[in-house]
Amino acid sequence: MLQTVIEAKQSNAAAARDIHLAAWRFMLLARMLDDKLAAVWRAGKMHGGVFLSRGQEALSVSVGLSLNKGDVFAPLIRDAAGRLAFGESILDAVRTYLGSALGPMRGRDGNVHRGRPREGLLPMISHLGAMISVVNGVLFARRLKNVSGTVGAACVGDGATSTGAFHEALNQAAVEKLPLVLVVADNQYAYSTPTSRQFACAHLADKAQGYGVQGHAVDGTDLTACLKTVGQAVARARDGRGPQLVVASLLRLCGHGEHDDAGYVDPKLKQSPLGRDCLKVAEEKILREKWADASQLAAWREEVVREIEESVAQVQREPAPDPFAEEWRAISTGHLSEGHEAEH
Amino acid sequence: MSITYLDAIREAQARALRDDPRVFIYGQDVGAFGGAFKATKNLAREFPGRVLDAPISEDAIVGLAVGAAIEGMRPIIEMQFADFSTTGFNQIVNQAATLYWRTNVPCPITLRLPVGGTSGSGPFHSQCMEAVYAHYPGLIVLTPATVEDAYSMLLEAVALDDPVIFCEHKLLYRHLKAEQLPGEALPVGRARIAREGRDLTMVAYSAMVHEALEAARELSAEGWEIEVVDLRSVKPLDTDTVVASVARTGRLLCVGEAWPWGGVTAEIVSRVSSEGYGLLDAPPQRLNARDTPVPYHPNLWAAHRPTARSVAAAARNLLRQ
Ligand SMILES: Cc1ncc(C[n+]2csc(CCOP(=O)(O)OP(=O)(O)O)c2C)c(N)n1
Ligand SMILES: [Mg+2]
Repeated sequence: MLQTVIEAKQSNAAAARDIHLAAWRFMLLARMLDDKLAAVWRAGKMHGGVFLSRGQEALSVSVGLSLNKGDVFAPLIRDAAGRLAFGESILDAVRTYLGSALGPMRGRDGNVHRGRPREGLLPMISHLGAMISVVNGVLFARRLKNVSGTVGAACVGDGATSTGAFHEALNQAAVEKLPLVLVVADNQYAYSTPTSRQFACAHLADKAQGYGVQGHAVDGTDLTACLKTVGQAVARARDGRGPQLVVASLLRLCGHGEHDDAGYVDPKLKQSPLGRDCLKVAEEKILREKWADASQLAAWREEVVREIEESVAQVQREPAPDPFAEEWRAISTGHLSEGHEAEH
Repeated sequence: MSITYLDAIREAQARALRDDPRVFIYGQDVGAFGGAFKATKNLAREFPGRVLDAPISEDAIVGLAVGAAIEGMRPIIEMQFADFSTTGFNQIVNQAATLYWRTNVPCPITLRLPVGGTSGSGPFHSQCMEAVYAHYPGLIVLTPATVEDAYSMLLEAVALDDPVIFCEHKLLYRHLKAEQLPGEALPVGRARIAREGRDLTMVAYSAMVHEALEAARELSAEGWEIEVVDLRSVKPLDTDTVVASVARTGRLLCVGEAWPWGGVTAEIVSRVSSEGYGLLDAPPQRLNARDTPVPYHPNLWAAHRPTARSVAAAARNLLRQ
């Protein structure tokens, strides 16, 4: 008896170690990829914007790791870590940012607006809140098709909770009892707008009750807490207990985009527990638990940097989309396309 | 001193706030931050309590403006990008646009829409929406192409008793400069001859006026004299000025950055064909963006929208006919 308890504890400890190390690696990868893309942008080698996930990796990676192959995921602008954990390749990210013809978006759409719908990774549009009901639709169709056991996750920010789309979709999921996990990263700002100008409830998780769904609040700077809470929410949804609203409190540790110096962020927030860097918090935990030592982490870091450098170098050599070879057609039914043959 | 198109928009709003206590500004990040493009920079400080950050709720933003207008105010709404006005679409086209017709109570709101493509902005931060809004009865749709017009037309928009869709082109924000703000200006509803010529009339609006002007310069080196008409306002549309120009040149090329199906250029061709058929020496032509969403990659983007080069090429074809 005692032996089995000890064994179970040991295997639990091993599982905790494994998932923390896997999470940390994806978080690091996301962070270094962000830094690299920001550097490319600053060097003027990329048009448009760069949107960083700094400070949100623990929450995001927890979503990606809690999902299985076959689940559906609609990440948003600050989900570099969750995307990687869900299975998106570094190349997909870099190719989309650099507009490579070989990327999943073929240069037609860029930066965070990427995905592979057939593989359960929905490509966000910019309009906030708009992806949630699309996840609902995938889940709804699966029910109609008698596919069971899969869940859907959608990520949004505090600002997106003010959209009509957010309200309509969460209500819809609740009415249909869909296995939706709606993850809100309350990072205290929507662009420059503080949460005091965004909503008036004490905590966004309080909204769950009004929709008749289960609410969860979590410290978004704490990887262990995120893994646990998001994991539980996903498990409940998978169990048929309806939509789950997870609200993580954290701070956006960067500008809205690379163009934004975020001078408006309250310095008091940066000093508060919300301002902790989740990557550091995770790293400290790993060292404290002796799941890995500093030299091991350093070796992984080197590996990650190399992987990213190689990907970026590869993509920079890839062909840009060719407007002359481009098929200028927005509908799939070729013979119904009008093809307005403007000569540009 | 040099004033940009963006400065002009800021100055017009400052003046409207100063001159008229009924004016207030509402939109995402317009307060202390000064707006995503800095079009309301410092206004929250200069006019406390009258420049307010809104939640990310376009439907409610426009609805609030309509309610405030009924109550006698003159709200200026900033959409962060024109593309996001689609989530306020219902309130714009069904509420604001129908109020006067249904009740005889006017709806003096100004909706500022940062429109148009810029390199790398992709399908959701690049749209030109003038045709969509012009289609609905009850809205005035303005498309300033110059610093002077950005200023005077925005002031006029705020003063007008009707809902105005004010399309400000993001590409012009910082590129266009003028020496001073205008004292006098053409009224809303009147087009402007931006360049005189006798061989062909190019009709354009918003950023495309500058592509047309550049094409006209290119063609002048080849001996052609191109007349460029800047519509300024797409609804109402100054058909008289366009037809008068076609009467001088006999050839019409309309240029728009929006999509090709329907829209402003089609409207002009249709009006000139029916009102000035006998004036045309060749079939009227139009050049628009391609019929796909606006692409992200700079190469694709540059081939998606009309440019001075493609405008000049289209004009050459028409001049040969
Ligand atoms: C419907 C809509 N309105 C406006 C915008 C412009 N916009 C893009 S991101 C953003 C702020 C988003 O804040 P939040 O939801 O808190 O996410 P965060 O950036 O903090 O991760 C805004 C206003 C948009 N994308 N969609
Ligand atoms: Mg936020």
